[in-house]
Amino acid sequence: MSVAAKSIRSPLDERTVRMLKCGDSVLITGELLTARDAAHRLMAERISKGLALPVDLAGRILFYAGPSPKPPGRVAGAIGPTTSGRMDPFTIPLLEAGLKGMIGKGRRSEEVRRSMVEHGAVYFAAIGGTAVLLSGCITSMEPAAFEEMGPEAIYRLQVVDFPVIVVNDVQGGDLYLRRDGAVSRPDCGGSRQESADPCRI
Amino acid sequence: MRKIPASQITQAVKELCLEANTRLGLDVLEAMRNALKREKSLLAREILQRIILNAEAAESENMPMCQDTGFVVVFAEIGQELCVTEGLFTDAVQEGVRQGYLEGYLRKSIVKDPFRRENTGDNTPAVLHSEMVDGNEIRLIVMPKGGGSENMSEAKVFAPSVGIEGVKTYVVDVVKRAGANPCPPVIIGIGLGGTLDQCALLSKKALLRRVGSRHPDPFYAALECDILDSLNRLDIGPQGFGGCTTALGVFIEVFPCHIASLPVAVTIQCHAARHAERRI
Repeated sequence: MSVAAKSIRSPLDERTVRMLKCGDSVLITGELLTARDAAHRLMAERISKGLALPVDLAGRILFYAGPSPKPPGRVAGAIGPTTSGRMDPFTIPLLEAGLKGMIGKGRRSEEVRRSMVEHGAVYFAAIGGTAVLLSGCITSMEPAAFEEMGPEAIYRLQVVDFPVIVVNDVQGGDLYLRRDGAVSRPDCGGSRQESADPCRI
Repeated sequence: MRKIPASQITQAVKELCLEANTRLGLDVLEAMRNALKREKSLLAREILQRIILNAEAAESENMPMCQDTGFVVVFAEIGQELCVTEGLFTDAVQEGVRQGYLEGYLRKSIVKDPFRRENTGDNTPAVLHSEMVDGNEIRLIVMPKGGGSENMSEAKVFAPSVGIEGVKTYVVDVVKRAGANPCPPVIIGIGLGGTLDQCALLSKKALLRRVGSRHPDPFYAALECDILDSLNRLDIGPQGFGGCTTALGVFIEVFPCHIASLPVAVTIQCHAARHAERRI
């Protein structure tokens, strides 16, 4: 990204997590684990039954994504963030299990935000609908659990310079909440001020 | 009576699934480039640029622009002087979706049942809206609709006393509540009138309009502009990080309604506003 970006490595260590601030542009190199609705439900079920998780979450980043199938000649299919809010009901036990980062889009619940501060975890947004560009950051991809679930399986990805934005940092900062209540931005008025024709966009 | 074999419908639907998922409409791209000229927030500009780059990469690499290749909605206008032979029209459409999604490496996002969520494995069934029209041609439109933006869509049947202001407030609130979830900049389809089912369908059909076009009725054209302006003052911006590009377009479709009702449906479309069309 042209906005000055911080480069970090995944799995995350505590020093890295603490250095990230809401609004930072970040390039991640290392490992990501994909997991979306069904994988979260299954992981939560295992935790509630006292069973081991199929993947080690210590220091890991979960990427809320269900990739499209891999075409021949490519490392990965199209991949991008899904709406994180759907994972909220399952997230706190995963943070308790050592999860340190999550990549998705959209706001998190108050409970999850609080738990992230408590457990020292960060939430990143990736740009939704840029699935070809994001796929290009993947250097390897292999199923790690629940392979039979296709796009809902957990995949282990190795990525290089995977671009994200810090939404929630460990100090409780929230890039979306920072925007709430703002009616208009002084540097960017409504379209009516830009043009006599508000439909000209 | 003109006859066309069902296999021709299948082939067309398959090709339209591939085209829609890999090629973003020039109207959407142009709207995004125009937004880039007005947008001042650095992050918002960066996001718009990446969305444009991604659309270009999708086309040149023949990849779906978004991993969510959607629930396929097919609109078919079937000329009544035309007869489909060697198979059922509905089956031919579903087979086209099946082939397109399997051969195009597109994601299979449909589960068989709302509670027993087993994947159908081929992205069928598509939702098919057929209409008999004059003539001996078929017009097929394939719209792969993403789940993230569909999840933030809403409908409500108001009493007529809600008035224009009440409807406006409702639509703006729906988009505000949606925030970053539906991948803004969004396109808003609004259905007004009819029964609840008809109203929801109108809100989908509204999304087929060319971005930048206006409603032919000046009354609704003005309302579309007014709502678009209000949405772009919400400061949601690209991906919800602020900016004046929350929506690229607002399209209203209307239908007569019952003396007791004023139904309103709002379908939110993400920036990957995909649809492809063909006449046979």
